[in-house]
Order: sequence, then C-alpha cells, then structure tokens
Amino acid sequence: MTKFTVKDHDMVPEHVLLTPEESAAVLAEFGIEAPQLPKIHVTDPAAKEIEAKVGDIIKIMRKSPTAKQSIFYRLVID
Amino acid sequence: MTVPKRIGKIRFGLISPQEFRKMSVVKIITADTYDDDGFPIEMGLMDPRLGVIDPGLRCRSCGGRPGECPGHFGHIDLIAPVIHVGFAKLIRKVLRAICRDCSRLMMKDNEKKMYLEQIQTLEKLGQMTDDTVNKVFAEARKNKTCPYCGAPQQEIKFERPLSYIEEGHKLTASDIRDRFEKVPDEDIQVMGMNPGTARPEWMILTVLPVPPVTMRPSITLESGQRSEDDLTHKLVDIIRINQRFQENREAGAPQLIIEDLWELLQYHVTTFLDNTVSGVPPARHRSGRPLKTLSQRLKGKEGRFRGSLSGKRVNFSARTVISPDPNLSIGEVGVPMDIAMELSVPMIANVRNKEIVKTFVRRGPDRHPGVNYVTRPDQRRVKVTDKNCEEVAEQIDIGWKIDRQLADGDIVLFNRQPSLHRMSIMSHRVKVMPYKTFRLNPAVCPPYNADFDGDEMNMHVPQTEEARAEAEILMRVQENILSPRFGGPIIGGIHDYVTGSFLLTHRRKPIDRRSAMELLKKFDIPELPEPEGIVDGEPYWTGKQIFSLILPKGLNLAFKADFCYNCDVCKNEDCENDAYVVIEDGKLLMGTIDAEAVGAFKGKITDRIIKEYERSVASEFLDRMTRLALRGIMHAGFSFGIDDEDIPKAAADQIEETTRTAREKTQQLIEAYNAGELEPLPGRTLDETLEMRIMQTLGKARDTAGKIAGRHLGLDNSGVVMAVSGARGSMLNLTQMAACVGQQSVRGERIKRGYAGRTLPHFRCGDLGAEAHGFVESSYKDGLNPTEFFFHAIGGREGLVDTAIRTSQSGYLQRRLVNALQDLEVKYDGTVKETRGMIVQFKYGEDGVDASRRDYASADNVKRIIKNVLKKESV
Repeated sequence: MTKFTVKDHDMVPEHVLLTPEESAAVLAEFGIEAPQLPKIHVTDPAAKEIEAKVGDIIKIMRKSPTAKQSIFYRLVID
Repeated sequence: MTVPKRIGKIRFGLISPQEFRKMSVVKIITADTYDDDGFPIEMGLMDPRLGVIDPGLRCRSCGGRPGECPGHFGHIDLIAPVIHVGFAKLIRKVLRAICRDCSRLMMKDNEKKMYLEQIQTLEKLGQMTDDTVNKVFAEARKNKTCPYCGAPQQEIKFERPLSYIEEGHKLTASDIRDRFEKVPDEDIQVMGMNPGTARPEWMILTVLPVPPVTMRPSITLESGQRSEDDLTHKLVDIIRINQRFQENREAGAPQLIIEDLWELLQYHVTTFLDNTVSGVPPARHRSGRPLKTLSQRLKGKEGRFRGSLSGKRVNFSARTVISPDPNLSIGEVGVPMDIAMELSVPMIANVRNKEIVKTFVRRGPDRHPGVNYVTRPDQRRVKVTDKNCEEVAEQIDIGWKIDRQLADGDIVLFNRQPSLHRMSIMSHRVKVMPYKTFRLNPAVCPPYNADFDGDEMNMHVPQTEEARAEAEILMRVQENILSPRFGGPIIGGIHDYVTGSFLLTHRRKPIDRRSAMELLKKFDIPELPEPEGIVDGEPYWTGKQIFSLILPKGLNLAFKADFCYNCDVCKNEDCENDAYVVIEDGKLLMGTIDAEAVGAFKGKITDRIIKEYERSVASEFLDRMTRLALRGIMHAGFSFGIDDEDIPKAAADQIEETTRTAREKTQQLIEAYNAGELEPLPGRTLDETLEMRIMQTLGKARDTAGKIAGRHLGLDNSGVVMAVSGARGSMLNLTQMAACVGQQSVRGERIKRGYAGRTLPHFRCGDLGAEAHGFVESSYKDGLNPTEFFFHAIGGREGLVDTAIRTSQSGYLQRRLVNALQDLEVKYDGTVKETRGMIVQFKYGEDGVDASRRDYASADNVKRIIKNVLKKESV
C-alpha cells in the first residue's frame, strides 16, 4: 500500500498548529485553561503530520452545512 | 453552600476479618435485644454502642443524638467459617484453578508473567480485564496435575447453591479457606485480584459484621409492643445457631450434629445476605412473609438505588385521569374540585393582604377557596376546621402563613410520563371544575403525547415565589408552542380541529347571517365583515371570511396546503383545487386551512404568528382556532360510517378486473420462470428477480385499485376529507377499506414460512402464485377469506412485535444518551461546557443557533421580508 498524506483526504478537516501566542489568545478568548480544551493524541495521524508536540494546541477547521465553517481547538496529549 | 468535593478514586475490594473487627465497636454475643424494662442489653443486638434511634438518648460510641449519629458496626465471631453467597461462583473458579495440595495457580511461570502483563496494561488503559482473567481461569483448570508439586488434581463439582464436591466428598468452608490462605500474592494478581484489598480467603466469612441499629430500627406498635426489623430477626437466628454450635462442639457432640448445625449456620448467613438465592428456601417471618434482607434492600425497582436514590416522592401533587375540554384555553387545566380542596398554595399575611387572608380563613376548609392550615409566626401549625375558622380568622396578623386551597388562576406544573422531552412538563393555569378528571384542551395533547383512552397525568403545585416565577416565565404552554426539536409548532389542531377548519374554509360555501353569527358566538367580535355577496336578497358570507376574523391583523403568508396534489406545474394563486393558501393583512384570500396551516407538528400559520407577534398572540390564535374549528365541524356535520366505504358496482368490477389481471400476470411470470425465459435483473438471482417482479406487479395492482376507488370517493366522503386534510388516516387506509388490502409481508418479503414448500395446506407445494403467498385481494369492507385472514394476522403480528421492540430499544438508547448529556450547559458565550468547565463545543451546534428561534433561511423568507418592509414604507 502506498503511503498517503492524511490531510489531503477529503474527509479530513484542515488541522493547523497554533503558535504559543495564538494559543494564549485562544485560551484568553474562551477564558479557560489549556486542560479544559478537548484533547487529541500526539499519535493521531493528523497531529503527527503537522508535527504537533504534547501541550500544543491544534486548530481544526471543519466544513459545516449550517455554519459554513466551524472552528474547533484541541490540546495535544500523549 | 458546601464546597463541591472532587472524588479522586473509588476502590472496590473485599473486607478482611481484621478490618471487620477494627471497625466494630462491640462484639455481639447474646441474641436478646431489650430487657424487661425496655432498655437495650449490652453486647446484645441493640447495644447502645451501635448507635441511637430513641429520641433523647445519646450514642455511647460517638455521643451524637438520633439523626446526628450515623450508627456504628458491631461484629459476631462465627464459630466456623461460612461461604458468602455473593462469591459462590468466584470461589468455584478459584478452587478449580489452584492446586489442591500446594494452592499455587496451576500455570507455568512464563504464562503467568504474560497474563499479568496483559492485565496490567488493560488496567492502565482503564479497560475491562474480565476476558483475560477468564482466560487465566480456563487455562489453569485444564491441568490434570500441578506443574509445581505434581499432585494429581480432581474434578470439583459445584452443586447449587453452595456445595463444592471433590471425589464425592463435600468440601467444608474451612477446607476451602485453608486452600485459599496458601495462595501466594503473585498468583492472586494473575487471577485479576489485588492481594492488598481482596484476598480469596476473605470470600469465606469468619467474622460477620452487625449493621448499626440505625439501619434496622425497631418500631413500637400502638399496643406498646416492640416489633423488630427483618435484619434484626435474621441476626437473632444467626447468633442463636452460632451459640448452639459452640455448645455442641465444646460438649463433643457427634460429627453428624456438628455438620447439621454448620449447614444451618450457613443457611442463616446466606439468607441474611440474600433471601432470593435459588435452591435455598427463603427465610420467612412468623406470618409467612419472606424476610427482606440485605440484598433485597438494594435490588430492584423499590430497592435503595432505583427506589430511594434515583426516585423521589413529592408533596403538593395530584394524579388522575385526563379528559378533553375544547372550551379551555390551551394554557389552562381543569382541576377537579376534590383535588383543589386538598392542595394548597402558601400565603403570608402582610399589611396589604391581611383582610383578604382573613376572608379566606373565615371560609374554613369546606367552602371552596378556603384554608386547610394556618402557621403562626412561631411555626405552630393549626388545622382550620369548620368550628374554629372564625376564631382563627380573628387571630390572623402580619407574619401568619395560611395554606390557601388551589383556586382559579393559580399556576401549576402538568406532566405526563414518560417525560421524554421538556414539553412533557409544562405549566398551566388552574380552572377548578366539577367531576373527577383533569381537563385539557386537545390541542396540547401532542407535546404530552396524551390521548383520552384512560391516560393519567400528574399535577404539581409550586410553593414558593421563585418556583412560580420560573414556572410562569419558562414553562408556560405559550413558551413551549415551538419545539426545539424541529423549530416548528408542536401544539396545534388535531383530528376534528383540522377537519373542522377544512370544512369551514374549503371553497366558498355561502353561510347565511344566522349561521355566521352562530359560528362566531364564542368570540368577542362585534360586527360581521362586508358580506361576500347577496343571493335572493339575503347577504351571505364564506368560511374564509369567518376564519379571517381570528387571524391577527397584518399577517402575510402564502404556502401550499397539505392536500395539494403536487401537480407537475404548480399554478400557485390559480390553483383550481383551492390548495394554495394566501393570507394578506390577516385576511384569508384563497386556499383551504388544513393540517399544514394549523395542525400540530406543521402549523405554518401558528409558526408565522409566533415568529412575527408575541407568544400570547399565538396562544390566543390557537384558542380561537380550536373553538371556531369545532363550530365549523358542527355547522357542516360530520360522521363516518360503514357505508362510507361503499363504492359503486362499476368501480368494484373494475377493481376485480385489475386484481385478476395482476394474478394472471403473476402466473405468466411464474411460467416464464419455470420455462427459464425470465431475464434476471442486474445483481440479482433468478429467484430474487421473480420475487421482485411479483411484488412489483401486486403492489401496482393495489395502487391501481386504490386509484379506482379514489375516483369514486370525493370530498363528499368523510374518510377522504379526513385523509386529505391531514386530520387522520391516509388514502392508503381508505383503499384498504374500500378496494383491496394488498400484499402482506414479513421482513419486506412475501410470506414464505409455514409448511415445507408451502405456506398453508390449502396450496400445492411450490406454488408461487399471488394468493399462496399472502396477497389479500379483498377489502376490509368485503371481508377476508380464511387464508387471507391468516396471512393478514401474520403481517399484523410482525407489526406489533416491531413496535414493541422499537419502543423498548429506542427508550433505552434515549436514556443512555440523556444520561450522558444531562449536565452539559450552553454558557453565555455560546460555548457548551460540562460541569468541570471542560469545553464540549466551541459554539453550540457549530452555528450557535437555537432551532426554535430561527426562521428558515430561505429565499422565500427574504422576499417576504422585503415585501413587508416596502409596504410599510409606502404607507
């Protein structure tokens, strides 16, 4: 089987690694601490691909039938 | 408020005999409870150190008063060990897995290591270890000799409930305990147990904890006699046998007697723990009633979990049968006088209402809006009676509280189980009425899913201002017309309301002055509109004009009615079926009002009114609509009888013809199949193709029959009116009654089961024809022949089973879903969080939209808004 990049797949929403400043801004926006975010494993194929490390925050942009785009954040855990 | 505490860890394990003794405050040695003076006997079952239940005394262990002291455990030293019934199965497993000589788990060291690692990984991942542990037991049992000491193993037979038999000898509890004591810690871990918290020998009891008196209080009967709790009775038995056992053993009684007593002790301890063990006769009370022992207290519907912790009982509530009353507002509930006089609302006398309060008290408890109790400022409650009411009324002063009987206008919560969504509990205004049933407007049946075939509903009376405010602001029927499930009105016309609106507004039937006045006599409408026309010098009006009178001014709306025929090209305003509804400035210009306009779950008009006006306008509209619709149906007259299913002879012949050709066509298909001329459909076998073609042919036959019947049943037929307006039933139901019932099916296929090669002995083996596989040619009106009837029963049974299974399965599914989601909350910033503040969604439902407040984002809506705005500008 040939290897393929997960993020090129149609069903995989766009994953973006946030910079520390962006991460801080996200946490400030929602007034929460990082552990209160939903989680994603470092071993997750999508997280691996963007080389996320434990403690990083990943921004996921999904297509939504009602809101066009919905933005989701996930904290990388091991 | 107490600070919420977070539970760090819960550990389950077995309690060791040492621990039992450590937590015990007293060793119980005598079976007696109280002495002749009524004082508890020391070291007896009611020892004062076990806690207090008598008011005024203090606990000898902790010094607490009754209610403060939680009670303390005691213990009984059992003379011989006994098996704990709850672990009988596990004891069997362990017994078979360990060596009878050296007590090692019979498995090679490397295997043990492998399984141990597996268990530890699973535990780390927080997953179930059951499968692995069961594999360990199964593997260990296979050995015929011990791999460590080489001792040959014997088969251990387990006989319900509590005997383990090896080589024809019964193993005693002490034998088992001896074996278990020798099991090394490493082996226990491989068996999935933690040697620190659960050693196998602890499954055999040597010390029995005695529950504190607080959980087995004795009751003093009116005669002054004490009646002990079932648990106490059981403990008395245990102690008695224990003592006898000891005496006999010390006296050196024969082995037989010792064994008997041991068995008896085992029996009493077993029933103390669980009185429903199969194979053990339940311990009974003197009266013959089985005792309620430990596990009976916890198990089942009335047990501690389902009955006491998840379930609660309430005061200020009532339950009775419901019945309809279309003259009530949708926000009202008719309450029987008997209930109104029992339930009450608290009122506190103050400067302003003191005199009013006094008049209530003066009425006493027997004249309706009266008072049942008054509470003085010192919290003493006084029952108001016919005799003392005058006297009590005079004493009333500021600060006194009265329990005023429920009266018209009070707000109450009304509920029907199962409470599946929030509209299952809504608040209504009370209307006190005669007779014994709750009355409600049939338009509020859909949210409760209620009907009047004997349904009962519950009513609760809020007792504080806060509760009343919440009920009024959040839970009123008006606030719940729109369902958050689909954003449309869940409250609306059903059955006759829809039929009535349809009959009133269909076409332009002339209505004379007298009838028009009668239709409107329930409304405060001072004047009739301009008449539609004049016939024979008499003015006449139409149903559309009358209906317009209950529509709010300024309402604009256009939509297709429910009975729209879905023509290929919609002629919109020029629809010749009167199925295109146009409302302009609150006037019904054309179209017919049916389920699509005012029905529950659909209700375009209700929906529009709610979104453009206030909720009170919508509820007012529903009230008027229900009343007008009933006047409308009475004005026209409406009934459905057996002869409404009659069709003319010509049509019946035509239907006969249709079914005959269908039967012939089926026969042709079968012949083609037998001759091998049938072409299989792509991806199907020949057999499947034949089945599909036959099903198709017969299905078409029924549809054609239905169409023929439909041609002869017009809007003068009440059945058609109901089906077409969306009030009840469908054209298919009418077809089945008047023309042809059609193919009966099981799992979407023709009926095939029964005898070998045939469904019934009436047919030849291998007959593939229509009537041999459940095609019902007759109509319900004509009646079914015996074979048809049988096939119909088969199909009908499948339907019943399906609904029964569907409701139970979807109910459980919903329960699990609701349990998982019940603590989620939409916060003010639009995020969805659970109780610890963990984010579940960053924006509620991705778009942050409340389904019941959105207005469908369609181009149609934009047009309407522009029209509305421009018109207002131009005026």
